Amino acid sequence: MSVATKPPAQNSLAHNQLPRYTTQLVLVASAAAGAGVSALWGGFSIVSFAVLSVLIFVIVNTVLSAVVEGRRKAVDKLVTSLVYTAFGLALVPLISVIWSVLDNGTARFSMDFLTTSMRNVTGLNDQEALEGAAPFIGGAYHAILGTFLITALATLISVPIGLLTSIYLVEYGRGRLARSITFFVDVMTGIPSIVAGLFAAALFAVLFGVGTRNGFAGAVALSVLMIPVVVRSSEEMLRIVPNELREAAYALGVPKWRTIVKVVVPTAISGIASGVTLAIARVVGETAPLIVTAGFTSSINTNPFSDWMMSLPAYVYSQALRPLSGSSPQPSFDRAWAAALTLILIVMLLNLVARLIARLFAPKTGR
Amino acid sequence: MSKRIDVGDLNVYYGNFLAVEGVSMAIEPRSVTAFIGPSGCGKSTFIRTLNRMHEVIPGARVQGKVLLDGEDLYGPSVDPVTVRRQVGMVFQRPNPFPTMSIRDNVLAGMKLNSNRMSKSAANEVVERSLQGANLWNEVKDRLDKPGSGLSGGQQQRLCIARAIAVQPDVLLMDEPCSALDPISTLAIEDLIGELKQNYTIVIVTHNMQQAARVSDRTAFFNIAGTGKPGKLIEMDDTTKMFTNPSVKATEDYVSGRFG
Ligand SMILES: Nc1ncnc2c1ncn2[C@@H]1O[C@H](COP(=O)(O)OP(=O)(O)OP(=O)(O)O)[C@@H](O)[C@H]1O
Ligand SMILES: [Mg+2]
Repeated sequence: MSVATKPPAQNSLAHNQLPRYTTQLVLVASAAAGAGVSALWGGFSIVSFAVLSVLIFVIVNTVLSAVVEGRRKAVDKLVTSLVYTAFGLALVPLISVIWSVLDNGTARFSMDFLTTSMRNVTGLNDQEALEGAAPFIGGAYHAILGTFLITALATLISVPIGLLTSIYLVEYGRGRLARSITFFVDVMTGIPSIVAGLFAAALFAVLFGVGTRNGFAGAVALSVLMIPVVVRSSEEMLRIVPNELREAAYALGVPKWRTIVKVVVPTAISGIASGVTLAIARVVGETAPLIVTAGFTSSINTNPFSDWMMSLPAYVYSQALRPLSGSSPQPSFDRAWAAALTLILIVMLLNLVARLIARLFAPKTGR
Repeated sequence: MSKRIDVGDLNVYYGNFLAVEGVSMAIEPRSVTAFIGPSGCGKSTFIRTLNRMHEVIPGARVQGKVLLDGEDLYGPSVDPVTVRRQVGMVFQRPNPFPTMSIRDNVLAGMKLNSNRMSKSAANEVVERSLQGANLWNEVKDRLDKPGSGLSGGQQQRLCIARAIAVQPDVLLMDEPCSALDPISTLAIEDLIGELKQNYTIVIVTHNMQQAARVSDRTAFFNIAGTGKPGKLIEMDDTTKMFTNPSVKATEDYVSGRFG
């Protein structure tokens, strides 16, 4: 080595730097300080501990950096801590929801809960169960089945309509009609879910008589909520299919409709499929529209075209607000929590499925 | 196979904008014709009117005649889809279908039109087209792998294989080598020389040497200024165009003394 490097102290590119683990050390120290101050200041509590620790950490870390490292690094550290704090704040509701649902839901969540209905379960059973004279009975099978049937029907209605609409918008739509469709889809996105439910209820009242409630009406209500989501997500996916692929197909003498069916949609299918799955996850927990269209029942109904049909959200609602036994409501509350847990599990599963679908259908690359 | 093209007084518009004005030319079968000219003079616009690909762009329209072996492409009951089956096209950027394997990409013209064919016939088409595009040896062991896993030059030759698999009469190429390295470019130029035996070929290029190497006849397009329509300035045998053109602008352009 003939090139002599300058000793580090004289390097004009180097600046003062805090030792590597300073940030971590400051974090631990501020947590300790936060705990101390919180305990001195009117008794320890999680909230004051967290707020104080974060505050102390941000101040100490920034000031320390400003003194040693200079302004730019200090600003960098300040903003980094703010971003992490915001991230943590955003996580708080999520974690607390999951925690409380898990905490309360596991009491009644069991195979038995998933496979039995509420038929012939009364407040008396609950009281006996509380006294230890009989086992807890009553599950959400009918509601799970109802949710499954209603959501499947809603998907069956929404996906063709939504997908065809988005194909029209991307491939054919020009001028006023396309613009007004886009506008109304946007408006539909903002419809409150109870309004969608009332619309379906009113529609079925006109068609089949006032008071008609069944699973299909619920599916129609959910479709009103689902269609705009499907249209929007599919539209985005179709728009990012490169025009060159369409031109390549046209140049081979392929008619436009075949190009759409065999080139454009397959290229976008992974995005479309995961968009649809997310739309399902979005509506599967809707409560209000199902209460006014599908109603409540305690027994299993496999026919969505006649009679009232239970769904998981409606089950949660009825168990939580109208316990079977007024004097000992706890078993009903437990059932409501267990059903909520089931619902969250279903939504998580749907999200996983969406990712899986996106991965499976994605255009393959590599050799 | 291989048809002649006659263009009569063709104007091309994008909406109200006249992009190409008054082009008349004759393109012989089994020959290579090169289009050269500065950027924006309407070469792509014009070449796309030869198989009605411009109609894909909203608002694009033509006035005038294009005859394929005497038959008017723009006749009242002519279906653009039928036209494009006879006049194939290769684009500037390689665009294999990402959802299809190499094999399916070659067969795309048949598969997308749901033409039934036996497995052996399909194999034969795949081999013949890939041989024709000088790509067979490189991909014969990985026909079931995705076409997007090939290099750019291989992808472009795959696109050529795809275009000749449907056995068109005319092959249009819009700057087919502009995204390729010199070796792939040479491979494609050799290929053009071979394809000439069976097809009428029209190629747009910015590369003078390439035009001089591959083409029999050369057409020079030019534009008077921005917003003005592009025009066909001169069309002649390639050797004459590059040595002794009759218009001064052509000489300036081919010798690099432009503007
Ligand atoms: N889709 C379009 N809509 C409107 N005008 C267009 C469109 N495509 C091209 N033009 C215009 O038509 C004229 C000719 O464009 P064209 O793409 O045919 O040029 P070109 O000769 O192929 O140029 P290049 O060598 O850069 O590819 C240009 O003025 C261009 O702005
Ligand atoms: Mg061009």
